[in-house]
Amino acid sequence: MDLINLFVKSIFIENMVFAYFLGMCSYLAISKTLKNGIGMGLAVTFVLTVTVPINFLLYEYILKPGALSWAGTQFAQLDLNFLSLIMFIAVIASMVQLVEMIMEKFSPSLYGSLGIFLPLIAVNCAILGGSLFIKIKDITNITEAGVYGFGSGVGWFLAIVAIAAIREKISYSNVPAPLRGLGITFIITGLMAIGFMSFMGIKL
Amino acid sequence: MSKESPKKNTSILFISKEKEPLFSKKNRKLLSDPLDDNNPITVQVLGICSALAITVQLEPAVVMTMSVIFVMACSNVIISLLRNLIPNRIRIIVFLVVISSLVALVDEVLRAYAYDVSKQLSIFIGLIVTNCIVMGRLEAFALGNGVWKSFLDGVGNAFGYGFMLIAVAFFRELLGSGKLFDIQVIPQFIYDEFGYLNNGFMLLSPMALITLGLIIWAQRARNRKLIEKN
Repeated sequence: MDLINLFVKSIFIENMVFAYFLGMCSYLAISKTLKNGIGMGLAVTFVLTVTVPINFLLYEYILKPGALSWAGTQFAQLDLNFLSLIMFIAVIASMVQLVEMIMEKFSPSLYGSLGIFLPLIAVNCAILGGSLFIKIKDITNITEAGVYGFGSGVGWFLAIVAIAAIREKISYSNVPAPLRGLGITFIITGLMAIGFMSFMGIKL
Repeated sequence: MSKESPKKNTSILFISKEKEPLFSKKNRKLLSDPLDDNNPITVQVLGICSALAITVQLEPAVVMTMSVIFVMACSNVIISLLRNLIPNRIRIIVFLVVISSLVALVDEVLRAYAYDVSKQLSIFIGLIVTNCIVMGRLEAFALGNGVWKSFLDGVGNAFGYGFMLIAVAFFRELLGSGKLFDIQVIPQFIYDEFGYLNNGFMLLSPMALITLGLIIWAQRARNRKLIEKN
């Protein structure tokens, strides 16, 4: 039950885009057509689901204050927290590279549609944000980390698909010239975020 | 031949080496362009994430701006120094290593000397690593230009970024809580006599997006060459 709660919470209530503004850059840049939006959303979901549990293990067994106590009592006092940024980003960059290679080998068609988005993901802040939130939200085991990563990814996917569909439609309407493109996208995202606020406080 | 050529050479050398002054017109343009015509946030669409999340009050926005100026200036200089040594294939990882060590430095300093603000900024200092503005300028500028120009470009873009950040934070704090830098600016009698109320809605995250949208509208209405085709 807790897991379902965490899942729903990470999709709707603490949505990466609407509540924390993470991954905004690619969200704005790649949402011009629905097809690209779906591709990017899938790629982000996939990478989040893989990297959050790995970074959780890294944090829990190497980086956390006193986490190295399994290696011997002389390491028990060590606090490697300051290394977490570099470690997380290294894991993400290498995972993205790995995912790209595996995908190219086993599913060329999927690679063809996602391929160009994968390198962009290494610098998508939703991915690094997901890993950094491990420290703040009390995630205690690897299953929770996996569910959290997957849920955040699905939330991001929903957001980019929704905005891409709206942007495709809005190209037919008469927006004031200075507001065209970026401006109206911001305002629509703001209105969508107000909509998503209605999920606040829901508990399963 | 051997007697004449050195003289000739030196004169050519002298002409070609005639340095442009440190703040020539071109260099000044590098600094001033990002403030308006080529603003990283409203025109290049880089670094939006942090621009929105930390603009509830002015103080964290200013601290964030200073951190970004430091990180961008240093990383641009470092990458520009290394630009002939970095193999093209692994340049992203080199960028990430340079940026994340600088950001880790900033994070530790803030935690030591400004703990409250660092608590407020929470993960967003860490997220400077993936702030596309830093990466974008490294890729687009520092990789192909000299040290001094890269430094100016880094500082200019960081200022353009900070300018937008501070503008959004200004409106949100003023309208949302009637304060600037945590000091009450809207006098008490306006609340009492005219029944003025703070607009608490400005403090919620959706209004950051809408405020930025409106700022973009104002900027493009004034500077019409920025209007998108579509």
